[in-house]
Amino acid sequence: MAVKSYIDAIREAMDLALEKDENVLIFGEDVGENGGVFRATDGLQAKYGEERVFNTPLAESGIGGLAIGLTTQNYRPIMEIQFFGFVFEVMDSIAGQMARNRFRFNATRQMPIVVRSPYGGGTKTPEMHADNLEGMVAQIPGIRVVMPANPADAKGLLLSSIASNDPVIFLENLHLYRSLKGEVPDGFYTTPLDTAAIARAGSDVSIISYGGGVPVALKAAEELEKNNVSAEVLDLRTVSPLDIEAIGKTVEKTGRVVIVQEAQRMAGIGANVMSEISERFVLNLKAPIGRVAAPDSVYPFAQAENDWMIKADDVVNKVMEIVEYD
Amino acid sequence: MSDQIKINQKILDFNTQLQEQDSFFPVLSVLDNQGKIIDKEALKRAELSDEDLVNIIKRMLLSRQLDIRSIKLAKQGRFGFFAPTAGQEASQMASSYAFNDDDWLMPGYRDIPEIIVKGWPIWKAILWSRGHVLGNEFVTEDGKEINAWMPQIIIGAQYVEAAGIALGLKKRGKNAVAYAYTGDGGTSQGDFYEGINFAGAYKANAVFFIQNNGYAISTPRSLQTAAVHLAAKGWAAGIPSVVVDGNDPIAMYLVSKEARAWAVSGNGPVLIETLTNRLEPHSTAGDDPLRYRKQDDIDSWWQKEPLIRMRNFMTEKGIWSLELENAYIDEVNTLIDEQIKIADNVEKQKVSNFIKNTLEIPGQAMNEQIAKFESEGK
Repeated sequence: MAVKSYIDAIREAMDLALEKDENVLIFGEDVGENGGVFRATDGLQAKYGEERVFNTPLAESGIGGLAIGLTTQNYRPIMEIQFFGFVFEVMDSIAGQMARNRFRFNATRQMPIVVRSPYGGGTKTPEMHADNLEGMVAQIPGIRVVMPANPADAKGLLLSSIASNDPVIFLENLHLYRSLKGEVPDGFYTTPLDTAAIARAGSDVSIISYGGGVPVALKAAEELEKNNVSAEVLDLRTVSPLDIEAIGKTVEKTGRVVIVQEAQRMAGIGANVMSEISERFVLNLKAPIGRVAAPDSVYPFAQAENDWMIKADDVVNKVMEIVEYD
Repeated sequence: MSDQIKINQKILDFNTQLQEQDSFFPVLSVLDNQGKIIDKEALKRAELSDEDLVNIIKRMLLSRQLDIRSIKLAKQGRFGFFAPTAGQEASQMASSYAFNDDDWLMPGYRDIPEIIVKGWPIWKAILWSRGHVLGNEFVTEDGKEINAWMPQIIIGAQYVEAAGIALGLKKRGKNAVAYAYTGDGGTSQGDFYEGINFAGAYKANAVFFIQNNGYAISTPRSLQTAAVHLAAKGWAAGIPSVVVDGNDPIAMYLVSKEARAWAVSGNGPVLIETLTNRLEPHSTAGDDPLRYRKQDDIDSWWQKEPLIRMRNFMTEKGIWSLELENAYIDEVNTLIDEQIKIADNVEKQKVSNFIKNTLEIPGQAMNEQIAKFESEGK
């Protein structure tokens, strides 16, 4: 066990996967010698060679097609989309092809593809680099959507994603790449792709979040403790399919729920979590479900990012409103 | 005038440049419209035995008969979606004859016959057309995996995927190629460029066909691009690009064979534009060609269709006759009748199975839905 950054944990997972299975390939724009624009694949080409870690021409749909085609030769592609805002260029490969192929071929063919991509704001990027588009892809049957919120999960979930025969969209929070560090177990381990995790136990209220929303929720929970409010933080980890059982357990425990997401209120996973709670666990609720999300505008210009993004204070205020409701 | 002045003047003479581009693509042609040999050297280079020729005409006749029967069955509601192929038998069946079982076929939705000759049972093709999951299992009657993808609905997607397969074949050191078909409309898609460009950049084992059949549903070839030759698009990817008489079975086979040999040797992909024509509607889903083209135009292409010239050429050669042809057509029709019966009697599809097939490990909500549909026997 050692303390590592979120991006180092991601790189370590790819290193282990390349070492373990010679069918694993990594490709994308600038992932080779340059190690990716964030250095997520730094050193991997030098270690495993150009045959296994290689650059592609600059065309996302081509990258998606390459991944699908390579599966026919028993490869397990890890393809990088440099920023998830560029996903629109590869939506047919993802939604029209890889998500449908297992179904289409009556499960006679598998799509063991991982689409790695950074998302999320807070780093003052140009346009189309920071959007939270997980809600859009989570509504596509046939793909799994994974959004780790800490380094240990990033490593274990990525190793599971690579081992999965289902296509996985693996979303990496750009802001957390270097700002978030944590204990990461050594060696090879996998973290299940269908289980949420209690990031912090509590008894008065459940804050349900995922990806970049989790550190915000955890910070809020610390503040709330000073006000004698015990907040439980549930980290969904895999946003499609959802771990409904874990959601049910925390709702039954506290009876009060606040959902926290970085995405706009109309986007993201929050609405889906709310509808599952409404349908299945409504009688456990002691208050309406609260929601903290970004406003329904297009992702803002960099200079206004701080005013637009959700903050721990927003979560504290919303939790207090829900806790005080009776 | 210095050399640089001359060069500069030439660069800035756009008109001449366009003319040079347009004149660069002569059409490969071995037989004329009536099956007379135009190029004996090319015929020799094709190295087709009498047996090969018989195989090719039989494949072309199989395709034509499937086309005729499919359209009739669709009118009776016994067939689903079918994209007619009449007129494209050389472009499809003589080209695919140059590839073997190890090669990977990436078809568009009009390329059903190419998959069938790779061993896809006709009853599965019928089920594909009707919308049944068993139609999407690419295995032969005796359970052997067929190296083919499903007929691609999204125009051009098969090109980027072919690049991936081609790269995979190269990485695995296999003596095989990926061969993909699209149409004239397909060349306008981004995936078309990305596919040929990726395959070119990696010098991957791919052969790309553009079946220029004149129309993308109703939009004529002339509206797709200012390029006079669709093959010219391959130049931008730095790959050999040729135009061939797509109604000439010998020329089609020859160019395909040579392209395969080039690609399989590690030289990279080849792009082939086949000049052909769709003699029938876009699909069995209510398209009326007379809304967008003249009957005279259709009639003129019927005079140039590939079966006439193949039949004449082989009859002249003494290896084919009307009797042989009619006997083979009877054989094909009997086969199609049998295959329809098999398709009529397959088990009903289950919704629970669809959910199970969507993810290898379904989520909780999906498992609940599987249980619900299973309890209802669906």
